[in-house]
Amino acid sequence: MDLSPIWLTLKLAGITTVILLLAGLPLAYWLSKGRSIIKTIIEALITMPLVLPPSVLGFYLLLAFSPQHGPGKWLHDTFDLQFVFSFPGLVLASVIYSMPFMITPIKSALQQLPVSLAQASYTLGKNERQTFIRVLLPNIRASVLTAAILTFAHTLGEFGVVLMIGGNIPGVTRVASIAVYDSVENMDYSSANLYSLVLICITFVTVVSVFIFNKYKAKSPLE
Amino acid sequence: MIRIDIEKKLKAYGGRQVLKIAAEFPAGSITKIYGPSGAGKTTFLKIIAGLVTPEKGKITVNDMTWLDTNAGISLSTQKRKTGFVFQNYALFPNMNARQHLEYGTTDKAWTQQLLALGKLETLSGHKPEHLSGGQQQRLAILRALSIKPGLLLMDEPFSALDQEMRSELIRELQKLWKETGMTVLIVTHNPHELDEIADQELFIEGR
Repeated sequence: MDLSPIWLTLKLAGITTVILLLAGLPLAYWLSKGRSIIKTIIEALITMPLVLPPSVLGFYLLLAFSPQHGPGKWLHDTFDLQFVFSFPGLVLASVIYSMPFMITPIKSALQQLPVSLAQASYTLGKNERQTFIRVLLPNIRASVLTAAILTFAHTLGEFGVVLMIGGNIPGVTRVASIAVYDSVENMDYSSANLYSLVLICITFVTVVSVFIFNKYKAKSPLE
Repeated sequence: MIRIDIEKKLKAYGGRQVLKIAAEFPAGSITKIYGPSGAGKTTFLKIIAGLVTPEKGKITVNDMTWLDTNAGISLSTQKRKTGFVFQNYALFPNMNARQHLEYGTTDKAWTQQLLALGKLETLSGHKPEHLSGGQQQRLAILRALSIKPGLLLMDEPFSALDQEMRSELIRELQKLWKETGMTVLIVTHNPHELDEIADQELFIEGR
């Protein structure tokens, strides 16, 4: 059995989670502070992948990053970067598609902290960055962990969006979910079964770890 | 000398009200602030600390302007560095008692002195969730003192303490305030509380 789709899936999920963790923490913090029209629009855009068919998102990403048009052409001509049918394209699509799973729980956790915690820190002479790192972040640790694990798990299960932008290139864009579909198409049920079982096991362990880290309390993905 | 003249609109039950206060607090004095619930006592303290901005007003502390809405001056909370005891304590759940004080100061001897003042030496490794209400309140006071502020703002700081602990702590705090020349503003809901230590009082009516 070719294990490369499993490794590729884990690599994609890992990179996506790290990128979203680094970008998601400051973004969630910014969104958690007050309200404005711009924040509402950005929040709506972040949440849209939850309700949009993945193929729709994949289709527009395919159009946008095609080397023949718009941003894709510019990236190709200027930096020799190609997102379509490549691993970086998968990462880009996964980051967009899994964004609500990282941002929403962290933003929600930050909003639930009493505002007086940050205020107390400011009165002690600490700036916003110090307050975020020393006071706010440690007190939403469980939510950050939940968000990271759910982002990882969600990326493992992506299909439509990665198929649209990445296609099915063995060793490059052929992740486990696509390998299952491809095996079934080729009537190779044994391989499809093995890929599926491995995915089920990884997903089960990942989701169970969320409950363990949160001391056996079930948390909704969007909590 | 602290001079304050501010005006702030407040949301109140049954409409809006205006918090309008003009007062002076001599350096090193202890002032009791009282008034009915919702009159704006906490907001007044937060305005001084820079946590809330009034529509109009001026605050000067020893001839240094902290706030002047006409001139567009508003010093940040970090620069004002007032000691602030929050009514809900606002303790950090991730830090133990010692870490709370070390967050405000790097002076180990001062940290130890504060822990002794609040009788929390044996509980220094405990996080707030493992402290009683009274111990949490004492820790909140100690944390505000950790930065050695020139101005200490306290919002109902003794409400969770039993009579004996309250008297003893106030005695110790008075000594410290005298030694350091700290100016202290204490909000209380009880008009007869703190009469024995206050040099002056300010009644906030709320209209």
